Amino acid sequence: MKIVVCVKQVPDTTEVKLDPKTNTLIRDGVPSIINPDDKAGIEAALELKERLNDGSTVTIVSMGPPQADVALREALAMGADEAYLLSDRKFGGSDTYATSTIVAAGVAKIGYDIVITGRQAIDGDTAQVGPQIAEHLGIPQVSYAEDIQIEGKTVVVKRKYEDREHVLELPIPCLITALAELASPRYMSVRGVMDAYRVKQVKILTFEDLKDMFNPDYIGLQGSPTNVFKSFPKQAKGKGEYYPDLSADEAVNTIVAKLEEKHII
Amino acid sequence: MDFALSKEHVLLQELYRKFAENEVKPLAQEIDEEEKFPKEIVDKLGKYGMLGIAFPTEYGGQGADYLAYIMCVEQLAKFCGTTATIVAAHSSLCVYPIFAFGTEEQKRKYLPDLTSGRKLGGFALTEPGAGTDSSMQQTKAVKDGDNYILNGTKCFITNGGEADVYIVATMTDKSKGNHGITSFIVEKGTPGFSFGKHEKKMGIRGSATCDLVFENAVIPAKNMIGQEGQGFKIMMQTLDAGRISMAALAMGLGEGAFDITVKYVKERKQFGRSIASFQNTQFELADIKTKLDAAQLICYRAACEKDAGRPFSMYAAQAKYLCASTASDVTRRCLQLFGGYGYMREYDIERMMRDAKITEIYEGTNEVQKIVIANHLKIK
Repeated sequence: MKIVVCVKQVPDTTEVKLDPKTNTLIRDGVPSIINPDDKAGIEAALELKERLNDGSTVTIVSMGPPQADVALREALAMGADEAYLLSDRKFGGSDTYATSTIVAAGVAKIGYDIVITGRQAIDGDTAQVGPQIAEHLGIPQVSYAEDIQIEGKTVVVKRKYEDREHVLELPIPCLITALAELASPRYMSVRGVMDAYRVKQVKILTFEDLKDMFNPDYIGLQGSPTNVFKSFPKQAKGKGEYYPDLSADEAVNTIVAKLEEKHII
Repeated sequence: MDFALSKEHVLLQELYRKFAENEVKPLAQEIDEEEKFPKEIVDKLGKYGMLGIAFPTEYGGQGADYLAYIMCVEQLAKFCGTTATIVAAHSSLCVYPIFAFGTEEQKRKYLPDLTSGRKLGGFALTEPGAGTDSSMQQTKAVKDGDNYILNGTKCFITNGGEADVYIVATMTDKSKGNHGITSFIVEKGTPGFSFGKHEKKMGIRGSATCDLVFENAVIPAKNMIGQEGQGFKIMMQTLDAGRISMAALAMGLGEGAFDITVKYVKERKQFGRSIASFQNTQFELADIKTKLDAAQLICYRAACEKDAGRPFSMYAAQAKYLCASTASDVTRRCLQLFGGYGYMREYDIERMMRDAKITEIYEGTNEVQKIVIANHLKIK
C-alpha cells in the first residue's frame, strides 16, 4: 500500500502577530512548523504502515519554497520513507485551487493508494485544498477523520461532527483529511534525523516535471481564481437592542418582526 | 571556521528541545519537590534513542557524534537538572568506558541494553575518603580463581539503586598506588552488592544518589575492564570526555534560567513600567548572555575537537570550569532579577540555582579543572 501524506510548512501561529497597518501575518523571525493537522496525518500514516507490516510505504508531498525542505526532513526523521518537494517560482502566489491543481498533479505522478491531508492549515484556515485534491484526482474523500482503519480493500473512517460521529467505508484509492485529534505525533528519533539527511532524499519536482499533469493556466498567481483581499481579526459584535420585561408572546412577536424587517424570513 | 551548526545538528536540537519542553518541563517541579526519580522520562528517552546517541549502530547506538550528544544534555538541562544528570552519568560514565575500553564480548553483552535504555548505567569512583583524591581507593578486589571478591563502600553515586550496570573502581594492589587500581563492570543483583540510603541534596533532588556497599561480592574476572592496574587511567580518561557533557549540562541550566528571566522581566511591572525597561536589567541580561554564549562556544569547541580525533583534554577542562562557574553565577543573578518571587519555590529559578551549584563540584571540581589546565600549560 502506498500511503501519500500531503503536508504544508506554516509559521507557528502561536508565536505570530498581525501587522496592525496591513493586517497580514508578520512572518519574519517566526519559527516554521509542520501544520498540526498534517502532522497528525503523518502519524496516522506511520501507524497504518506499522499495523499493515507488509512493505507498505509512507510518502510525503509538500508544495513550497526551498525552505520547506526542513519540514520534509522532519517527516522523514519521524519514519516516512520518501519525500517530494513541489517547488518552482511558477507555483508562487497560488490560491487554494491552484495549489490543489499542483499538488494533485504531483500526487498523480508519484502514484498512491491512500492520500491523507490535514483538514486545514493554521495560516490559511480554508480547509479547501484536501477536498479539492480529491476532486482533481477523481477519487472519493472523507474529511474530519478522527480514526482510520484499513480492512482488506476498504478504508473505514470515523468522521467527526460537532455532536456526533459517522463511520464511513471507502474503497481504495481514496483521500482522507485528518484532524489534529486523529493521532498524537511521535517525536523524531536521533537515528531518524541521521537517516533523514544521510540515507533518505527529498526529491524536488519542478514545473518541468509536472507540466504534463496539469493545465498551466491554473497555477501560480496568474492562475488563481481567488486572492486574499483583506485579513482582519474578528470584531466583537455590537451591543444589540435590549427588550426587558416582555411576556413570552410579546418576545416572540418582537423577534419575528425584527427577522421580517431584515428580510431573513 | 564556520560557527553554524550543520542541518543535522539543527534538526537534532529541534528534537531535543521539543522533547524537553513537552515531556520534561511539566514534571520538573514535581521531580524536585518530591525527590522523584523520573522513570517515565528515562523510558521515553530510551525509546527515542537519547540514551545511546554517540555510540555506533552496531552496538545499538544512534551513530551520531559527541556534539549531537552534548546538545541533548544541554536542552534537557534547560528544564530539569535531574533529567540531564541521569542521561549524562549513564552515557558518559558507564556506556562510554565499556565502549572505549571493553572487550568485544563485554561490548556485545552490555551495550545494546544500555544504548537502548533497557538498562541504565552508573559509575562508582568516589568513596568517603576518596573524593578529589581519587587514588585513595579503599574498596578492595581480591582475586579468587575466576572471580574477584569485592569489599568496600562507594558514596555519592549517581543513578545509585536505579542503574543496572555500574563501572566500579577498586584497589587490587595497594603497593602500586594509582597503578594498583582496577575497574570492573558490576551488575545490580550480584549477591553481596547492596545500596545505602538515598542522600538528601541541595539540588538535582530527583537524581538518585546513594552508597554502593560491597560485602564479599563475587565478580567474574571477565567483568574486568582493561587489565589489572589500568583502572585509574580508564577512570581518568572517562572523566576527561564526560566533563564536556557536564559542561553542557551547566550551560543548559544557565540558558534555561536566562530564558525564563527574559520572559519575566518583560511582564513584571514596577514604578509604572516593566522592569525590563530599567538599564540595570538590560545590562545584567546583556552581560549574562555574553557569558553564556562564550561558555557555549568553549563547550562546543571541546566536543568538536573530540569528534575530530584531536587532543581535547584541556578544552574539556576549560569547558567544565567556565560553564559550571558561569551557570552558578548566572542562575544567582537571574534569581536576583526575579526579586521576591524568585525566592518562592513556585517559580523555577530557585531550583535552577540550587541545581547549578553541583556542576562546580561533581566530575572534577572547579579546582581540579584548574589543575588539569595548568598542567597543560607546562609552567612548573
